[in-house]
Amino acid sequence: MTTIQLPSPGAISDTIEARPESDNYLTHTRGILSWIFTLDHKRIGVMYMWSVLGAFLLGGTFALLLRTELLTPGPTITDSADTYNQWFTLHGAIMVFLVIIPSIPAALGNIIMPIMLGAKDVAFPRLNLFSYYLWVTGAILCIVSLSMGGFDTGWTFYTPYSTTTTAGGVIPVLTAAFVLGFSSIFTGLNFIVTVHKLRPPGMTWFRMPLFLWSIYATAIIQVLATPVLGITLLLLIVERTVNIGIFNPSMGGDPVLYQHFFWFYSHPAVYIMILPAMGIISDIIAINSHRAIFGYRFIAFSSIAIAMFSFIVWGHHMFTSGQSALMNTLFSAISFSVAIPSAVKVFNWIATLYKGSVSLTTPMWYALAFLFLFTIGGLTGLHLATLSTDVHLHDTYFVVAHFHYVMMGSALIGMIGGLHHWWPKIFGRMYDQRLGTIACWIIFIGFNVTFFTQFILGSQGMPRRYYDYQPEFQIYHVISTIGSYIMAVGFTLTAITLFGSLVNGKKAPANPWGGRSLEWQCASPPPFDNFAKAPRVGDCYDFTVVHWDPKIGGYRVDESNDPEVNPAAQGTKAAH
Amino acid sequence: MSQTTANEHTTQADHAHGHDEHAHGHDPHLAHHFDSMAQQFDSAKLGIWLFLATEILFFGGLFVAYAILRMRNPEVFSYASHYLDTIMGGINTCVLILSSLTMALAVRCAQTDRRGGLIVCLVLTFMGAIGFLVIKYFEYTHKFHDNLVWGSSFYVPPHDAEGHAEAMELKTAPTAVTAITVKDPTLFAIPDLAAKPAVDVSAVKSASVGPVGMARASGAPAPEHAVAPAPGKSEEAHPGTHLEDPKMPPNTHLFFAIYYCMTGLHGVHVVAGMGLIGWLIWRSVRGDFSSKNFTAVDTGGLYWHIVDLIWIFLFPLFYLIH
Amino acid sequence: MSHQATHHAGSHAAEVHPEVGHVVPVKYLVGAGVALLFLTVITVAVRYIDLGEANLMLALAIAVVKATIVALIFMHLRWDRPFNLLVLIGSIVFVGIMLAFSAMDVHQNSPTIFNGNAPEAESVMQANAPGAPVAQIRSTNGGVGSSD
Ligand code: HEM
Ligand SMILES: [Cu+2]
Repeated sequence: MTTIQLPSPGAISDTIEARPESDNYLTHTRGILSWIFTLDHKRIGVMYMWSVLGAFLLGGTFALLLRTELLTPGPTITDSADTYNQWFTLHGAIMVFLVIIPSIPAALGNIIMPIMLGAKDVAFPRLNLFSYYLWVTGAILCIVSLSMGGFDTGWTFYTPYSTTTTAGGVIPVLTAAFVLGFSSIFTGLNFIVTVHKLRPPGMTWFRMPLFLWSIYATAIIQVLATPVLGITLLLLIVERTVNIGIFNPSMGGDPVLYQHFFWFYSHPAVYIMILPAMGIISDIIAINSHRAIFGYRFIAFSSIAIAMFSFIVWGHHMFTSGQSALMNTLFSAISFSVAIPSAVKVFNWIATLYKGSVSLTTPMWYALAFLFLFTIGGLTGLHLATLSTDVHLHDTYFVVAHFHYVMMGSALIGMIGGLHHWWPKIFGRMYDQRLGTIACWIIFIGFNVTFFTQFILGSQGMPRRYYDYQPEFQIYHVISTIGSYIMAVGFTLTAITLFGSLVNGKKAPANPWGGRSLEWQCASPPPFDNFAKAPRVGDCYDFTVVHWDPKIGGYRVDESNDPEVNPAAQGTKAAH
Repeated sequence: MSQTTANEHTTQADHAHGHDEHAHGHDPHLAHHFDSMAQQFDSAKLGIWLFLATEILFFGGLFVAYAILRMRNPEVFSYASHYLDTIMGGINTCVLILSSLTMALAVRCAQTDRRGGLIVCLVLTFMGAIGFLVIKYFEYTHKFHDNLVWGSSFYVPPHDAEGHAEAMELKTAPTAVTAITVKDPTLFAIPDLAAKPAVDVSAVKSASVGPVGMARASGAPAPEHAVAPAPGKSEEAHPGTHLEDPKMPPNTHLFFAIYYCMTGLHGVHVVAGMGLIGWLIWRSVRGDFSSKNFTAVDTGGLYWHIVDLIWIFLFPLFYLIH
Repeated sequence: MSHQATHHAGSHAAEVHPEVGHVVPVKYLVGAGVALLFLTVITVAVRYIDLGEANLMLALAIAVVKATIVALIFMHLRWDRPFNLLVLIGSIVFVGIMLAFSAMDVHQNSPTIFNGNAPEAESVMQANAPGAPVAQIRSTNGGVGSSD
């Protein structure tokens, strides 16, 4: 997908080393060991980031293989349906477990969250590093499983297929998902404790930027839901090795019970993916509209509400599994209600844009793309949550399109947007915004070409996870594949933009976008211990005190006008 | 999990809470990113409690599986429970309770600078763990001897070596997906399903048993010589007795499947606890703990109590079914 | 910080008081231990009395009481920060949610599920062994929908 080599962490510190005036977290200590054993949340986050992006490259390669195979009915680049099954399974498992779930909380969250909060680190730095190495172990196990014969179960591991398939790599990949689950649990645990206990004086709950609220809500889901995935996978491993029969209908077991187990985790897991992205979008939109976020408390509470609701809708994945009629009805009804807090957020974002003075920076373009794509993804979720339509749409490309709109179009776009938002902070370099925005547009167009087509395909009856298809579907498949190539171009351009900035980017100011939360008040890149001097915690959505300063080429927070600091300035706080 | 040493000891001047005189010293137990001992201690406590919550959900999954299986097969549970040894289970419950008590006392000793008492209590706790596992070992071997095991081996008389081999082979043989649990007949509206086999087995390459569950031949007369063991006296039964019991309900193996899953996972936690307590013993002998630094004992103790707490539910659910 | 070493027991005036955490008096700990052992004996005894459905309920009720004792006394929750108690209760509530919804489903549809005797399971399974001729299933169960 991209020809750019991912620079190793060592290489990055070398790049920035060239600026002797700075002593920041990248340069504070030297050598590869200082990275491998680091306890600094920022460095752990950076390692996560490279790893996740590497996994994304791998998963993306599989995606392109899949789409290419579907260019024609019958064999295109492989003549084995089994190989195709392995590809889509790998693509799904990598994207879900290795990329999207850790992407925002573990990578961006780790880097930004403690700074935003005004803390020196997360509560348990060693556990944090341990989480990262669990992630690495999980990634290695995925590769081991490939060498042992791969797996073709789909990322959902449905029984009894997953317990009876002859593919040799099922147990390693189950172990991988188990280990990755614990990586996610420990990240969540760490973040909950950090938010509860490490807030400095002044950082009250309702002063927290919305990104923190969303990360906090995500962490709750991670801690409460992921253990159930753990036990489910453990039972599958036991079932496959010693054949206990709990999920095996031929032994009196119950395969639908497996689905209850799996979706009790995996529906909340889709909110592990989307909530952090919503947090990023809230902050990008507020900062780039230079206007207080509309309905702060509503957005904050809707994060928690979504987290709680997400636990009681899992049955909407099982409408055609033989789940009882009563439960189908109940789950359908509750699923509709989840749309409410999601819609609350969308309306609040739009209300924030309204009358804001919007700067169309690259992160802002990503935020707008998110708004558009999430709306489509969320609304099609309602089609699927309707019992009668789902009987028709279940296991078709309509579902594939729905979850790509929410997982890729929203969660991943949110992640890339966040990357652009905090890139100057993380590496101290500005990227070329013109290129970045063009890349955003290419991705946006390619995405819609790829996946909107799949809504049509699905509603016409093309089932998902098929290697072959009827000739009348071909035109849609061809369009969809072309879309995926467009996206590949877009992501390559994004990579060129971002990595290029490390080589020849302008030095970034501390506050390039005009943010007011604490991370914009420490240097770019942040110093080793985050804040040389403890910052004062203000109202992070009051942008009246943030002013452009041409001398530093960035924004400056001038608190002398803030009535909280200087009561004499009461009147100057403009109509707002 | 707790921060024990602080090698990077930066100044505490910035954003200190300012209400806790002890905090500003150069307490060697205070990690650099905390402002005060209280903050550090509270964080460790919240951290371990969140971890325990994940443990509860982890076991929770198994409890749900237990409940579903029991709802589906109530007769299996009330029948098979009698093969478990209530006395041994009861003794094990008491052992765990006592070890929990010594653990709680150990925390107290650490908090009050009683190093000797701490070591004694931890060693007692450790011995409780060993005692629990020894009793569990006897229970398991007894069950294995009686062929009260999981899966299809449950139905193979243990002394029949050949049959056993066959069962093993069967387990690893790939079975095509044949078993379809037809749940709502109105949805699929296959008329007269009852009269036919649920699945046209001849259509699949390698069939498996139908969706009816596993059991000894139903309705077949029990072997003449079989004397059904009186419930609760399974200790006297000879291996494979259950196979000769005409009253054994179908799918009885499921009880043992979930029994081994739950007690097995609990046993793994006991072993992990032993590792943890061993480490605490080593550190307390080294003299690490005092009233100024007992967080590790406290959090380790909480882990040990949750192991006890889970057993408190496992015991009645498996051993005490009337 | 609300729970600094404030000591209730009085009798331990000479003791060291840690800066953080709470020291639970010995009499609480031993009392809890004795109560737990006593309840264990009761719960075993109750097993031998036939109360029908109530047996399970009673056994579980006793288990809940025992668990509460462990949590409040041994695990210090009685003196700890309330949020830690909330974490414990919360985790149990979420297990409850999972249990309630799955059990409701099973309760609804178990009448429509095959749940009969296996027709000569061993012979069928042996017929399934690799290399064996195609298996035969003789349907002897009551069939689907025999729930009425
Ligand atoms: C407005 C809220 C949403 C509703 C009502 C909703 C509803 C649904 C329904 C009913 C299905 C099952 C379709 C079927 O299999 O027939 C489904 C599938 C799916 N949804 Fe959503 N959804 C929503 C939001 C999300 C979000 C935010 C994400 C992820 C970030 C997501 C990810 C998925 C995934 C991955 C699947 C497919 C899982 C699979 O079978 O492999 N959904 N959704
Ligand atoms: Cu869902």
